Amino acid sequence: MEFNILGIGVLTWLVFLPVLGMLLVLLIPGNNKNAIRWTALGITALQLVLAVIVTCLFDRSAAGVNDPQSFQFIEQFRWIAVESVPWIGKIEILYFLGIDGLSILMVLLTAIISVIGVISSWNIEKMVKGYFVLYLLLVTGMMGVFVALDFFLFFIFWEVMLLPMYFLIGIWGGPRREYAAIKFFIYTFFGGVLMLLVMLGLYFSVAYTNEAGEMVHTFNLLHMMNSANFVEGSIFYGLDTTWRYIAWVALFVSFAIKVPLFPFHTWLPDAHVEAPTPISVILAGVLLKLGTYGMLRILYPILPDGTVYFMYLMAFLGMISIIYGALCAMAQDDFKKLIAYSSISHMGIVMLGMASLTNQGTVGAVLQMFNHGTITAMLFLTVGVLYDRTHKRGLYDFGGIANQMPKYTGIAMVALFASLGLPGLSGFVSEFFSFLGAFDAFRWITIISVIGIVLTAAYVLWTIQRVFLGEGKEEHNSLADLTGRELVMFVPLLLIVIFLGVYPGPAIELMNTSISTLVEFVGLAGK
Amino acid sequence: MDAYVHLVPWIIALPLVGFLLNGLFGLAFESYRDRKNLIGAIATSAVFFPFLIALYLFFAMSGDSEAASVSLFTWMQAGDFSVDIAYRLDQLSILMTLVVTGVGALIHLYSVGYMADDEGFWKFFAFMNLFIFAMLNLVLADNMLLLFLGWEGVGLCSYLLIGFWYTDMAKSDAAKKAFLYNRVGDFAFLIAMFLVFQITGSLRFQDILDSAYLFSTDQAFLVGALIFIGATGKSAQIPLFVWLPDAMAGPTSVSALIHAATMVTSGIYVISRLSPLYMMSPELMLIVAVIGALTALVAATIALTRYDIKAVLAYSTVSQLGFMFLALGSGAFVAAMFHVVTHAFFKACLFLGSGSVIHAMHHVEHKLHKTNPDVHFDPQDMRFMGGLRAYLPSTYKTFLIATIAIAGIPPLAGFFSKDEILVMTFNAGAGVYGSIYYVLWAMAMLTAFMTAFYMFRLTFGIFHGSFRLPKLIEGAKDSAKLLHESPWTMTSVLWGLAVLSVIGGFIGIPNFVVATFTGTADVNLLSNWLDKVTLDADLILSKQVEWMLLSGSVLVASLGIFVAYKKYGNQEPVAEDEAVAARFGPLYSLWNKKYLFDEMYEGGIVRPVVRFSDRVLAVFDIRAIDGFVNFIASFVRFFGHLARYLQTGMIQTYAYGMVIGVVLILYLLIIR
Repeated sequence: MEFNILGIGVLTWLVFLPVLGMLLVLLIPGNNKNAIRWTALGITALQLVLAVIVTCLFDRSAAGVNDPQSFQFIEQFRWIAVESVPWIGKIEILYFLGIDGLSILMVLLTAIISVIGVISSWNIEKMVKGYFVLYLLLVTGMMGVFVALDFFLFFIFWEVMLLPMYFLIGIWGGPRREYAAIKFFIYTFFGGVLMLLVMLGLYFSVAYTNEAGEMVHTFNLLHMMNSANFVEGSIFYGLDTTWRYIAWVALFVSFAIKVPLFPFHTWLPDAHVEAPTPISVILAGVLLKLGTYGMLRILYPILPDGTVYFMYLMAFLGMISIIYGALCAMAQDDFKKLIAYSSISHMGIVMLGMASLTNQGTVGAVLQMFNHGTITAMLFLTVGVLYDRTHKRGLYDFGGIANQMPKYTGIAMVALFASLGLPGLSGFVSEFFSFLGAFDAFRWITIISVIGIVLTAAYVLWTIQRVFLGEGKEEHNSLADLTGRELVMFVPLLLIVIFLGVYPGPAIELMNTSISTLVEFVGLAGK
Repeated sequence: MDAYVHLVPWIIALPLVGFLLNGLFGLAFESYRDRKNLIGAIATSAVFFPFLIALYLFFAMSGDSEAASVSLFTWMQAGDFSVDIAYRLDQLSILMTLVVTGVGALIHLYSVGYMADDEGFWKFFAFMNLFIFAMLNLVLADNMLLLFLGWEGVGLCSYLLIGFWYTDMAKSDAAKKAFLYNRVGDFAFLIAMFLVFQITGSLRFQDILDSAYLFSTDQAFLVGALIFIGATGKSAQIPLFVWLPDAMAGPTSVSALIHAATMVTSGIYVISRLSPLYMMSPELMLIVAVIGALTALVAATIALTRYDIKAVLAYSTVSQLGFMFLALGSGAFVAAMFHVVTHAFFKACLFLGSGSVIHAMHHVEHKLHKTNPDVHFDPQDMRFMGGLRAYLPSTYKTFLIATIAIAGIPPLAGFFSKDEILVMTFNAGAGVYGSIYYVLWAMAMLTAFMTAFYMFRLTFGIFHGSFRLPKLIEGAKDSAKLLHESPWTMTSVLWGLAVLSVIGGFIGIPNFVVATFTGTADVNLLSNWLDKVTLDADLILSKQVEWMLLSGSVLVASLGIFVAYKKYGNQEPVAEDEAVAARFGPLYSLWNKKYLFDEMYEGGIVRPVVRFSDRVLAVFDIRAIDGFVNFIASFVRFFGHLARYLQTGMIQTYAYGMVIGVVLILYLLIIR
């Protein structure tokens, strides 16, 4: 499958359209705020259109994963090639983009959340130009990670996200923004260093024979997935070696920080609480998925032996995250912090599902990534709406909001019940599959994890009660219900949440083939 | 049935349409909210037309019809797991559909009058229709997962409607409690589904029943027990029953529909649906029966002590549900379903009657409050009532009929169903664990006595004697004049249900009664109807024993009524209750304190968990985990500080360093 616009592949457009938008925004005078906003909206909307077209053209029967032939919308050329370096030989870094069933939903999610994020950024008044420049750069980074098939390129996009995120939290954030920003930065950077080390190790271990018959070291992820390409005597050669396990753990930690899994999670509540609403939306909606996506794309197929060896560890950490996140959420008085901890809990479900290495579990996990993205985005928008009006976030600051804002309450209730896993809404489908798959692999861990649904119900209902029910407070009597702009950002997400709850088939079909291939591949290669 | 099954989706769709119409228009247009006749008409017909369709299907079917199912689309599919949005039409599901839509339509009609003055009228009917939609999904589902959608859906609607008057924190507490206790049950139900899928590879009821042989006895026990735990949540049994009495915070028509007639019977429905699985394990059956009998007795004793008229009815519901589980555990699935049906009639009638009473009392309070703002009393407390039969004649008569029905006096509906349960429990005494079943039978007889007693205590307390409010509250002297009967839309529903409470029992006349006169008989319509669906234990008792049991149950019920009449017929309930309390001493105070279940859960589970998360985990998260991270950071900063002394910015220092370095290198190169 190929699709070019002006001779340039659609994935390149998807990734670099925001950069184009960034340049446009730079040309607009800083005091013309609305022009900047509309430009950003136009660019992200265009990106969404492209993403939707890609989704429609996407061939559901092609597997991808480790087979270069069945990736779609491939763009590949040599980016950096050094003919000969002493001791190392030929260096080759590819500009290699392509998508398969693992990434298509994430591409779509990124495009959706980016548009919603721009709409919810409308009332940011501080340094609008700088804000949107950084915002668009961030979008490029996120999109790039999901379509890159070269480890080096992946790493570059990964690090590209870091910088704008740091400033977006550090400049436009709340009172403790600097602390939160630097914590986020150092945490992720630490993960990045681990990833870099493993990446270099893999680079020196993997070589393939090119058309000219030379042995070439490469960062091509697909070559790394083929165990025949590991050079004998290299550090990661063989199966189930200590070095491979060390590499697995290092890479796992670098991704687990992003998810975030217990015990690497403490940057998340701080970052969320301090970040402005749209950045929280991006953070929860897309950034957290990069961790689990990275595991599926890189960790699972390249180090399948470690994956099988450590599957109980992954499931165990998933279980701890589910229960621990839910219990911590229960203890929060701050609406935003509560949702941050609930994210940890819900991402734990992703971890548990994919750790099972079963079809259902992994499908559930990837779907949960998408669903958590849309649901949590709605939840953060919910908090943002109240914060915009009252400049308060405490759960005890409100009460009786249902009286003043019925539409808002209705939408927020759907989001909260989706997060609680009510059947008929999207969260249930993915949670059910994750647990179902996990139950096959680890019975007791799953049973304990399912207790999470009771705890989740407890904190969600308690939140509803404290914020929306009861007598209204006098100072809130004048609160206005949702504006048109706010409805525009809520309604699409609302429709997605309901649609995928009733009819998740289209989303599951997109990834089914790839996931069966991945599960089979990891199972075979790892055992 | 294949020819008719395509009509089933319409039964499901209409209430959904009603919900969407009223919900969306009400949300969008404020003017729509005042068009109460239109809203009420839409909502009621959204339930009434499905009832007509169900009736048509019912007459098109016979007891021998094969089950049929219709699939709309694939709902959830991954790997070898696939579940459709599909509905199953068979004798059991159509029976439940008739009850849900029939009683549902009546209660909708009643609510048009009952809720007429409420601001949230549109919201109320939207939620009610949503409830019917979810409930129909539950009873018509072709697989466990769709059933679970309905199962959680009714839980949601129950939550929304209990907390309907959400500005009152106590009411939203009750709503939250209901949802949470149900979630505990749902947890078990989910695990049960995982197990069933692991064993049979499917969640369709047909596949599960066809491959029941794949279950070992242990697996059947495990799956059955997990589903039963789910049922104890939804159907309010020990240990998860405590939410139901609180659920009475909702409008009374909600209590009638959701918390008496329909939703709370779904646990009984699902177990009947899987009866072959349950019959595989006698231990499982015993557990179900014991829990049922215990719940029946415990709830009945609590009901004796309540003054809130809805609370009496709530505990009575828990108790009657216990009877149904006792029937299930005795292998009498038909009897359980029979009691589900008759109970829906008389308990709905009782609740709606109490609604009519509360409506009147509320009106009194409202009027008194206007002239004297200091007047406050609880319009649900029967201590302020008495003698209402003179003012609410229709309500009184229908209430009395339903009370006689629940007490178990022939030939009213409750008599037949309850008697069948008692007979079948006694019958199970001949099977495995027989002696325990005899004990359960004795407990059930005692409960039957208490049922008659507390129900007549309630009826006498409300309607007999003299009106007590003027005596108890100053400024309420002429309040009797303010009492008035409810409008005809409400009373006509009461009469409809009262008639059903009288004749409803004839669908399940025991065969032996007729057989005594004619030799043999096959008159039990319900048992013939459900023959193909449920797997019942065989009745092995002789006609003589059955007659004895029947007379026994009539005797017990009459005794209960007699004692209640002697004590409460014309007296003040408070004084008489004190006499009862004095006689039973600490036992009575245990009943009065509801066996301290709430306190145990609150103090033993809820508060410790909240406190643990609040004081231990949240602190651990900040101090230990984040503390460790910050410690690393400050560790790095400390070494950074040390290194800082080297970076003085003074050329001399650097020059010294260089010199030392050069000397060192030279030393190493030359000397070594």
